[in-house]
Amino acid sequence: MSKFDLTRRGVLKTGAITGAGLALPTIFTSGASAFTNEPMGGTVTLGFNVPQSGAYADEGADELRAYQLAVEHLNGEGDGGMLNTFSSKVLEGNGILGKKVQYVTGDTQTKSDAARASAKSMIEKDGAIMITGGSSSGVAIAVQGLCQEAGVIFMAGLTHSNDTTGKDKKANGFRHFFNAYMSGAALAPVLKNLYGDDRKAYHLTADYSWGWTQEESIAAATEALGWETVAKVRTPLGAGDFSSYITPVLQTDADVLVLNHYGGDMVNSLTNAVQFGLRDKMVNGKKFEIIVPLFSRLMAKGAGENIKGIHGSTNWHWSLTDEGSQAFVKSFGTKYGFPPSQAAHTVYCQTLLYADAVARAGSFNPCAVAEALEGFEFDGLGNGKTLYRADDHQCFKDVLVVRGKENPTSEYDLLEVVEVTPAAQVTYAPDHPMFAGGALGQCNAG
Amino acid sequence: METILLQLLNGLDKGSAYALIALGLTLIFGTLGVVNFAHGAIFMIGAFCAVTLSRLLSLSFETIDPTKVDFLGNPAKIKTPYVEAWFGHDFGGALIDWAVPLAILFSIPIMIAVGFAMERGLIKHFYKRPHADQILVTFGLAIVLQEIIKYFYGANPISTPAPDAFKGSFDFGAMLGFDPNMIIYPYWRLIYFGFAAVVIGAVFSFLQFTTFGMVVRAGMADRETVGLLGINIDRRFTIMFGLAAAVAGVAGVMYAPILSPNYHMGMDFLVLSFVVVVVGGMGSLPGAVAAGFLLGILESFASMNEIKAIIPGIDQIIIYVVAIIILLTRPRGLMGRKGVMED
Repeated sequence: MSKFDLTRRGVLKTGAITGAGLALPTIFTSGASAFTNEPMGGTVTLGFNVPQSGAYADEGADELRAYQLAVEHLNGEGDGGMLNTFSSKVLEGNGILGKKVQYVTGDTQTKSDAARASAKSMIEKDGAIMITGGSSSGVAIAVQGLCQEAGVIFMAGLTHSNDTTGKDKKANGFRHFFNAYMSGAALAPVLKNLYGDDRKAYHLTADYSWGWTQEESIAAATEALGWETVAKVRTPLGAGDFSSYITPVLQTDADVLVLNHYGGDMVNSLTNAVQFGLRDKMVNGKKFEIIVPLFSRLMAKGAGENIKGIHGSTNWHWSLTDEGSQAFVKSFGTKYGFPPSQAAHTVYCQTLLYADAVARAGSFNPCAVAEALEGFEFDGLGNGKTLYRADDHQCFKDVLVVRGKENPTSEYDLLEVVEVTPAAQVTYAPDHPMFAGGALGQCNAG
Repeated sequence: METILLQLLNGLDKGSAYALIALGLTLIFGTLGVVNFAHGAIFMIGAFCAVTLSRLLSLSFETIDPTKVDFLGNPAKIKTPYVEAWFGHDFGGALIDWAVPLAILFSIPIMIAVGFAMERGLIKHFYKRPHADQILVTFGLAIVLQEIIKYFYGANPISTPAPDAFKGSFDFGAMLGFDPNMIIYPYWRLIYFGFAAVVIGAVFSFLQFTTFGMVVRAGMADRETVGLLGINIDRRFTIMFGLAAAVAGVAGVMYAPILSPNYHMGMDFLVLSFVVVVVGGMGSLPGAVAAGFLLGILESFASMNEIKAIIPGIDQIIIYVVAIIILLTRPRGLMGRKGVMED
């Protein structure tokens, strides 16, 4: 007996049902949601995913302040900040595409799993159309992957690892902040001028994605100058007391210490290095020097006096005198009573850039937004002329080389800009070996 | 040779912090029988006593200086600390500069009060409960204390420098006939080591040579009999809890210039200090001190590049490896007594 009992009527019936089933998604999408969390009412929701607890909570708090300021400006409240100086003029202070901007916040806790959970909740429960945030490369990479799967745009906050727009880049993810390669490219010429081309460098490196890429980038840039890399020592994240990593430096003939540390680790390792008299030491007839490739004002505050005279790089600093930076410092300073950090600046820019891309695309569809951001050139956001490169979704702009100020005039006046390195000097080919191994893939609209 | 001497100094220094925390932990465990996971948080609160006094002494009033401008272009506000206005620039400035040593005096009453409050308010209700309950409740307490500190002081480390007179380092190399600048050690770390030795000596003397100490030692050996003799052992144990908190607190105060205080510094030390207590032998005060120094020195040697070249990652695990070996060969730890946590 045959198992298949085919009749003409049965085939027609099944065919009709299957056909209707297949057509169903298109029937719905033509009138209903065409992509994840399409805003239907008079509002649009953005998801701000920042560390509100954990080691980077202070940076997260500053990011949140900047996000709130950006939302105010997009909705036409306050003085408009950098909307007035932004080269693109499509944003009119009436929300995004006429929809009032509202936001939800999540706490990443500076942990990848917590960050993914809060981003997921904001997308699924709160209907966030875009997720933005950061303060750790590990977290940014994890959330970027989630947004790609969920079909929403991810506008990265503070993340400096090459991998974010290198091997882990995604079609739905965009980064305004600079990266470790750019730090190396910007610092190298300044270091050559200051310390010459015959130096021996000793690296202490935070043992995770960001630390590794920064160590690789800085070692490559300084070796190209003729420097020798004596040792690359990995230190556990949150080691606390770094004295047992600092004392071996005294026993080598290294005359430069490179601290690939960030946040609390950097504050502690730098403090230890200064306590052990490294800055007063003479090696090979040269004065011993310390370099901190990635600087931030919040870290400089933690390190206190130890930061004086030490060189590093930063994405932006409030003392810049261009029109955009001044407008932002004025808005932020008037509202909160102190100048913004580089973390605050980059997330404010990212929020404006997203809103602008939606307005230019005329749609919230992530694929349309991504297309509007790709290859977008702009100015007036505090870093000079900037390009959002289509190949890897990385912004290319000037990078600042800074130095801990010897005689600060206030508690915020901790860093001074030594050089503004032009974008051309920090630009690399999309297939550069330090960024190889990943692909953007296809944009996902959900 | 230079490397070995330097790492030895480093180890003694680290070891003194471990020993001070472990000493307090053992005191509490030995007297009250409580496994106190909030002890690291007490160390952290001590460090924040230094931060607080430094901030109190730096409290300032503002005057407007029309010749200067702030970051928004408005006339700048110049801050002058009250102590400088009251006591003159030199003496006021010196008070601010010496905030950390002064914080020792400031912290002792605070830490004793914190200790009493913890013991009377929470921990005494858990004396008769299993150790697992005690660990859970004290661990929870540690997290609450951390979050309170984070709420008021933020998450970033706060730089709390030592007085100017103790900045810089001492050149042991030149003194011992080696090349200059090869074996240098910061003054403040040397002071920390000396300070730890004094505190440890004081605690031992107190327990050994005073009547109070004798009663406490008797209570540690046999609580019931001491109680039957009509001595209020509970009150003395509460005082011991306050004393243990004060020891951890001053250890934290003095550590503030070495490691900029942050809210989770206590947790970083706690786990290691527990290993120290277990290796030293539960309930043994000399064991805790000896194990503190031993593990500090081993950890320091394990982070030498030469050792790490042979066994990568050894600096991360050395303490636990040693703990496993000691517990396998001497299950009660180095100086553990029979019958402690064995019932």
